[in-house]
Amino acid sequence: MSLKPLLRKMFLVDLIKGLKVTFNYQAPSEAITEQYPLERPVIFERFRGQPRLSVNPDTGESLCIVCNLCALACPEQLIVVKGERNPVTRRKEPVAWTYDLSRCMFCGLCAEACSTDALELTQDYEMALYSREGMVLDQAALERGQEPTRYEK
Amino acid sequence: MSDFETDYRHAKPGQSGPGVTDYLDLDTKDETFLDATELVLNMGPQHPSTHGVLRVILKLDGEKVLGTECIIGYLHRGVEKIGEHRTYAMFNPYVDRMDYVASVSNGLGYCEAVEKLLSVEAPPRAQYLRVILTELCRISSHQVWLGTHALDIGALTPLFYCFRDREEILKIFEKYCGARLTTHAFRIGGCLYEAYDGFEQDCKKFCDAFLPKLDEYEELLTTNRIWVRRTKGVGILNPEDCIALGVTGPVLRASGVKWDLRKAQPYESYKDFDFEIPTGLNGDTYDRYLVRIEEMRQSVRIIRQAVDGLPTGPIIAKVPKVIKPPVGEVYHSIEAPKGELGYFIVSDGSTQPYRMRVRPPSFVNLQALDKMVRGLLVADVVAVIGTLDIVLGEVDR
Repeated sequence: MSLKPLLRKMFLVDLIKGLKVTFNYQAPSEAITEQYPLERPVIFERFRGQPRLSVNPDTGESLCIVCNLCALACPEQLIVVKGERNPVTRRKEPVAWTYDLSRCMFCGLCAEACSTDALELTQDYEMALYSREGMVLDQAALERGQEPTRYEK
Repeated sequence: MSDFETDYRHAKPGQSGPGVTDYLDLDTKDETFLDATELVLNMGPQHPSTHGVLRVILKLDGEKVLGTECIIGYLHRGVEKIGEHRTYAMFNPYVDRMDYVASVSNGLGYCEAVEKLLSVEAPPRAQYLRVILTELCRISSHQVWLGTHALDIGALTPLFYCFRDREEILKIFEKYCGARLTTHAFRIGGCLYEAYDGFEQDCKKFCDAFLPKLDEYEELLTTNRIWVRRTKGVGILNPEDCIALGVTGPVLRASGVKWDLRKAQPYESYKDFDFEIPTGLNGDTYDRYLVRIEEMRQSVRIIRQAVDGLPTGPIIAKVPKVIKPPVGEVYHSIEAPKGELGYFIVSDGSTQPYRMRVRPPSFVNLQALDKMVRGLLVADVVAVIGTLDIVLGEVDR
């Protein structure tokens, strides 16, 4: 055996060359994995997530006028709205709202149909629960929105 | 005896009744099939290489396949029947759930079919936006196909590369319409969403970055000796058989038939764009691979032209709020990533379709499986199922 290949073998030249390729692919710019619970993903503006019913921030009354368009637009018929006219303000106000999140497919047709922009699908996406109770949202839950989740060991 | 006991799944040995072999309708039907070499083997529905819940019953002579029988329906959700119980606008999100790796194309086909029924045409800007998004969707569908097909055959790296690059497309989808997979991107009459700020730049950036990555995929596979040995001459389908079986899409084009609905009956604004239809010569698995790779390149060409020529103007045509098409029927088909995707809608003048029928490419292409795998080995069945690029959500609907 001549000297050159022997030296190559002795100093592990080929191994280092190979590992160089491996480590190049481990550079921070090449890493694409999101460390999810620690690192929050970027959610874009048009994302369709947890539904929310807006209230007027000044008066605290619901923007919903019980026109029932969302319930008619929903392909799964999971929205039920009941309302009655307020004798003082002569304005129709919701008295019972249910939104069955377990059947929702987040198509966004309800938010599109809403005539006062009261119902919208927000950027909140962590909707998993341990049981089916709590999946059917009432008016208070829809107005409150999603509670922030904290992950702890 | 109760029904439960006569059910073939619970049949006792020696009891007559339909058994697993009665599904087989083979030319080489053998009364004593369990002789020394012949074997009936059940593959699926939980087999990872069947891309979902496809069940294939194989009749084998040692390792050689004598015949197959596909049993489908494990993912049947009655999408067509759902369509008959929803208004036209309500059914739109459901079509995304058939071919869930190419949901934008499904939505395009449905919206166009209803538009044809209403005699409405989408405005030019909406047509260009639709072309850009469906071509992006074609690339992402082919990436999923390439990744999983290569994984089935034994190449692990393309899967990670394809899914890494597909993420950029899904981000464009999420920015445009708010969802990554079940997009609900189009509406009857055009598009609901205007292109977001930076849409053109995002598309161009993706196109520029994607072509070198496509070369990277090819570097891994095209001349790879293992890949070539596993795919060349496997699952040959000649053009006559393709036409007789109704096979469309890249599978048909790989057999040398130059048939692409984007050229043959241009819908949307496809006649404005300059692109080629790649065809193969031998109609084997390797040719189908090359055809799909080239199709991705052509899609990039179309996206670049469409982004450059994106017209201004309205994005949705005048469509009544309550869609009530005139009495009549319509069939409209588009070139989905997997082949000809057609919608047949019968209207009785009400707000709901009287009959809704979908002609899915995967379902029709799957019929060619038996023809392709006879005489091959069991390992090749996996390669052939992969190369047909079926999605069981679409096969079963």
